[in-house]
Amino acid sequence: MTDLYQSQRAMRNMRRAAIQRGVIAILDVGSTKIACLILRFDGPDRLRDHDGVGSMAGQSQFRVIGAATTRSRGVRFGEISVMNETERAIRTAVQGAQKMANVRVDHVIATFSGGEPRSYGLAGEWELQDSVVTEQDVARVLSACDVPDIGPGREVMHAQPVNFALDHRTGLGDPRGQIGNRLACDMHMLSVDAGTIQNLLYCIKRCDLELAGIASSAYVAGVSSLVEDEQELGAACIDMGGGSTGLSIFIKKHMIYSDSVRMGGDHVTLDISKGLQIPLAQAEKIKATHGGVYATGIDDREMISIGADTGDWDKDSRTVSRTELIGIMRPRVEEILEEVRARLDAAGFDHLPSQQIVLTGGASQVPGLDGLAARILGQRVRLGRPLRVQGLPQAITGPAFASAVGLCLFAAHPQDEWWDFEIPSERYPARSFKKAIRWFRENW
Amino acid sequence: MSRPPHRDPAPSRLAYRVQRMMLTPIYRRMLRFGLPLLALALVLLIALGSADRRAAIAASFAGLVESVQQRPEFMVNLFRVDGASPMLAEAIRRMMDLKLPQSSFDLDLTGLRDRVMQLDAVQDVDLRVEPGGVLAAHVTERVPVAVWRSGPNVELLDATGHRVMLVGERNDRSDLPLIAGRGANKAMPEAAALMVAAAPIMPRVRGFVRMGERRWDIVLDRGQRILLPVEQPVAALERILALDKAQDLLARDVTAIDFRLKERPVLRLSPHAVAERQAARGQD
Repeated sequence: MTDLYQSQRAMRNMRRAAIQRGVIAILDVGSTKIACLILRFDGPDRLRDHDGVGSMAGQSQFRVIGAATTRSRGVRFGEISVMNETERAIRTAVQGAQKMANVRVDHVIATFSGGEPRSYGLAGEWELQDSVVTEQDVARVLSACDVPDIGPGREVMHAQPVNFALDHRTGLGDPRGQIGNRLACDMHMLSVDAGTIQNLLYCIKRCDLELAGIASSAYVAGVSSLVEDEQELGAACIDMGGGSTGLSIFIKKHMIYSDSVRMGGDHVTLDISKGLQIPLAQAEKIKATHGGVYATGIDDREMISIGADTGDWDKDSRTVSRTELIGIMRPRVEEILEEVRARLDAAGFDHLPSQQIVLTGGASQVPGLDGLAARILGQRVRLGRPLRVQGLPQAITGPAFASAVGLCLFAAHPQDEWWDFEIPSERYPARSFKKAIRWFRENW
Repeated sequence: MSRPPHRDPAPSRLAYRVQRMMLTPIYRRMLRFGLPLLALALVLLIALGSADRRAAIAASFAGLVESVQQRPEFMVNLFRVDGASPMLAEAIRRMMDLKLPQSSFDLDLTGLRDRVMQLDAVQDVDLRVEPGGVLAAHVTERVPVAVWRSGPNVELLDATGHRVMLVGERNDRSDLPLIAGRGANKAMPEAAALMVAAAPIMPRVRGFVRMGERRWDIVLDRGQRILLPVEQPVAALERILALDKAQDLLARDVTAIDFRLKERPVLRLSPHAVAERQAARGQD
């Protein structure tokens, strides 16, 4: 735990330093595309001159000054499988963004969807020494949480306290200064495969960049595409990416569950490619231009010329009707959604007060998906787009960039994590100067 | 048909690093300012390395300056002196010792003016180069108001007591009153006031004598002498003149009229007058 504490604290310090310097890069390593955004933090005053409150109620202190996307290479299921290829793709994206921003970035916050994220709910209790809750008490109750065995070769990615309870009162956001006897907390912990993080870290280091933070893509997609009341009342965000589909459940503005299905839009493309015997690039194009999940009568007559580059005229000039295409796509989309349904059921999503489901991600752009999802996931389904942030180019405002935009918001307003709280004083190493100061401050 | 791209869009490691380096402010500044400055410094260093090249550059620069300064527009051909007597003008010309024609850049006007100002007879001079290549000196001469005999010298003084010139003897300027005594030139303004006040008796005045560097005597003909006080000599003189007008004081047989003390004026009679007075009183 201490090791993790230290690496995460180092990353947090680096992020703080980068924000102080004003420029930080956002890197979304996806299976289909790698997006790099460069943010400039101006502070709230500089953007305040145009109107009273500021854009997005003063929430956006940053501006996107550089953006670049490139086709992802060497990434499968949101995990890096070929390091060299991924490194090249990251370099392409970072270089493009730097060129647009005309500024050099050294710190990068990254997100990825793979690594088999697993959610754990943790609970801890602490008897208060004196009746007022201090920061030390918060630190102690967090450290009192019993950590489950997350398995070998896995690492904690997020550990966010989501709820505090003081005696019989629960739902406290910030218990400091309140009076009670027993402080309890609930924490949500997300663990991912350590190797995945290591690979990403290595790739980023090879690009002369420093990792200043890391986040799960399902989480940040939820941050950007769920509106405030959905985050407050309870909603699930389903980020349908190319290689994997992440889902995250939010309530009271905290993520309480996250999981991923290792299927996504690429599998649909692969099905089309196999079914129609055409190259993958062509299949992707047909999927994007003619794809759908609901066939109607007119689709029988809409003939799509699928090409291939075999050189055989008969094979290269085939046509299929759109109904056939939909017939290939729909089972796979249904399978993904069924799988998501199973994960949501396992998480107990149907016990939440509000069961809003928001579909986002590149694969959610299939026409008619909201109708199909409503049949499988429940009635309250909408398609989500990421929040508009300042300076974001029009080309990357689509749902495919939900996690990139969410990572921008995450960089500007990071959620307090376990390692951001004070370390309880008994965990300090002996002979620590800080410990002496703390003892002095507490006793005098 | 869409084919996979032949060219790898990814930048090579080197290109990526170079681009990042160029985006670093210090490198960009070095490339934009440092490199050109370095090149310039190098060129200058090589060009100015040899001594004869430096000398050639300096000579060509000097020649250029010379050719501009020697243009006819800047040449001074004539020296004119205004407001000075012919003798003084000649003295000034001799003093200036100008070699004309000369470029006006080479003329040191302040130095020349200082040299002219060394002449006693010149109160002020205004030197200027006028259009047409004329150097004009507008001279204000000192006006002598008195002749000062001091020791072996006989000098002319102006109203401020400054020497105007030496003269051979007093009678060269018999139109001017004579003053004498040590420090007479320092009290020249007072003497000038006395001269004005003494206008009615001026034909009889032989001269003004500074006594002990503090007060004035007026020496008249017939051996008469007026002794004036240190303070307010003009008022005392006016009193004496009033007495003279009323009672013909100066025409009488007195040798000295002593007004040094205002409250106690004293007349010194000649021996003959003393005897006459005693006889008139019936004393022997």
